Amino acid sequence: MTPFDPVQVRSEIPLLARTVHDRPVIYLDSAATSLTPQRVITAMSTYYQRSHANVHRAVYVTAEEATALYEGGRRDVGLFLGSTHPDEEIVFTKNATEAFNLFAKSWGRANLERGDVVVLSQMEHHANIVPWFQLRDEIGIEIKFLEVTDDFRLDLSRFDELLEGAKLLSITGMSNVLGTINPLRELTQRAHAFGALVLVDASQSAAHGPTDVVDFDVDALICTGHKMLGPTGIGVLWARREILAAMPPFLGGGGMIADVSVDGFTPASGVTKFEAGTPPIAEAAGLGEAVRYLRELGMEAIATYEKGLTDDAIARLAHEFSGRVRIIGPTDGVARGGVLSLDVEGVHPHDVAQVLDQFGVCIRPGHHCAKPLMKRFSLAATARVSFGPYSLQSDTNILIESLHHALELFG
Amino acid sequence: MSNLDDLYREIILDHYRSPRNRGELATPPACRAEGFNPLCGDEITVFIQVENDVLVDIKISGHGCSISQSSASLMSAAVKGKTLDQVHQAIATFKQLMTVHEANIDDPEPVAVDIRALGELAALQGVVKFPVRIKCAILAWNTLDQGLQDFVS
Repeated sequence: MTPFDPVQVRSEIPLLARTVHDRPVIYLDSAATSLTPQRVITAMSTYYQRSHANVHRAVYVTAEEATALYEGGRRDVGLFLGSTHPDEEIVFTKNATEAFNLFAKSWGRANLERGDVVVLSQMEHHANIVPWFQLRDEIGIEIKFLEVTDDFRLDLSRFDELLEGAKLLSITGMSNVLGTINPLRELTQRAHAFGALVLVDASQSAAHGPTDVVDFDVDALICTGHKMLGPTGIGVLWARREILAAMPPFLGGGGMIADVSVDGFTPASGVTKFEAGTPPIAEAAGLGEAVRYLRELGMEAIATYEKGLTDDAIARLAHEFSGRVRIIGPTDGVARGGVLSLDVEGVHPHDVAQVLDQFGVCIRPGHHCAKPLMKRFSLAATARVSFGPYSLQSDTNILIESLHHALELFG
Repeated sequence: MSNLDDLYREIILDHYRSPRNRGELATPPACRAEGFNPLCGDEITVFIQVENDVLVDIKISGHGCSISQSSASLMSAAVKGKTLDQVHQAIATFKQLMTVHEANIDDPEPVAVDIRALGELAALQGVVKFPVRIKCAILAWNTLDQGLQDFVS
């Protein structure tokens, strides 16, 4: 394998050739969405230019090509996640949020009843909270939260107490605010000991380090195309095939049936029963290309590279601003990804982001769809910086220059 | 940085650093109204005391960005001691100032507003060049408007 070369990766991202306000774009918002390599864009445009047809059933050449692209995307994604039976274990959805809704409503309604416990954590994205609250309102399940320690780690001190009798632990692999990476193997082992299944939100982690559902020993996992160098409009639910097989359909319509009559319908078998309507075909082709590219780059190599970038940024932010820019997240470099939520002294995150924009620096202010976590740390918002495999140390230089400007303006 | 200077005028930074009429009023006799910006988490509470159709006192609490906080501070200074008619007029004028015509979205110009009538509030007109921030500027005004409606009913 060729050594990881971030400059080469950067050269494959057309957007990074752009300027805004007469400055190059410095993209530090990969936790919100990753940028798209040309080869992913080409994979999607090739579908539209050469093979645009609907999938399944039709026998003409372009329709067979479209089906091959869609199902090929499914196999590529399965391979990327370590699935042993991708054709039976990968469900494509609109995004990660829809995948959570699918799992909560399909698996949840079939397997949970009043009083059953689902355990989440305080560092979850709203996508892994709200569908469970909706289910609670509908069937009366109980939702418990693992807390977060003062040093931004998952608090496991009450783990056994919370998991006692629980049916499911649904938890993020990596916090989209703190950057904290959770110990999935340990969590899974301990949750399984209580008979609970484990669903992992890999939206934030999938593009930044190795994901292997067999190695993690999880039961289900969700991620989203657009945070993995792929397109928007496609999400992924992986679940062990026996779990999926026992789940009822989610959305109803074309494609998900075996038979329909005036008396009712019989759902299709396999993953098809969860994919009602015309699926995201171009997106599956694009996501397939994206995960092939990620595998070529090497997920270990990406993780090592981004750890270097993150450690360097943490050290330099501390050195440059001596406490005026605080990181809301672990700073010891251990088990954390390239997400740095900043609290800039005396400057509201919106104002930080506004000043940075003038330098071409793209960051994200706000609560990052994690309000329980923000409340835990008494924050309304943070200014979040996040890296991708195309990020460079020189991006951090511009970040620091622009943060100095923000502090000066509001100081 | 000319664009930034348009947004962060010195008057705005001054009101952000030293907000006027900050605090709370006892309710009753005062009324309170709360405003939220769910997208960015900004929260504002406006306390108003009305006597004989005059807004005799106003206090503001909460937190938010420099635009929402300075707009609230400027608003409090502009409406305190004014008749309710004048306050309604000020709200209407300010909302008009924040109106962006879609046809001009690339180069938004404020619609014809008597800038002199706005006094220091005119410092906020640069906000319309940053459409995302208009909701920040207008939060306090909508909250005051709500408070006045609650007072009447």
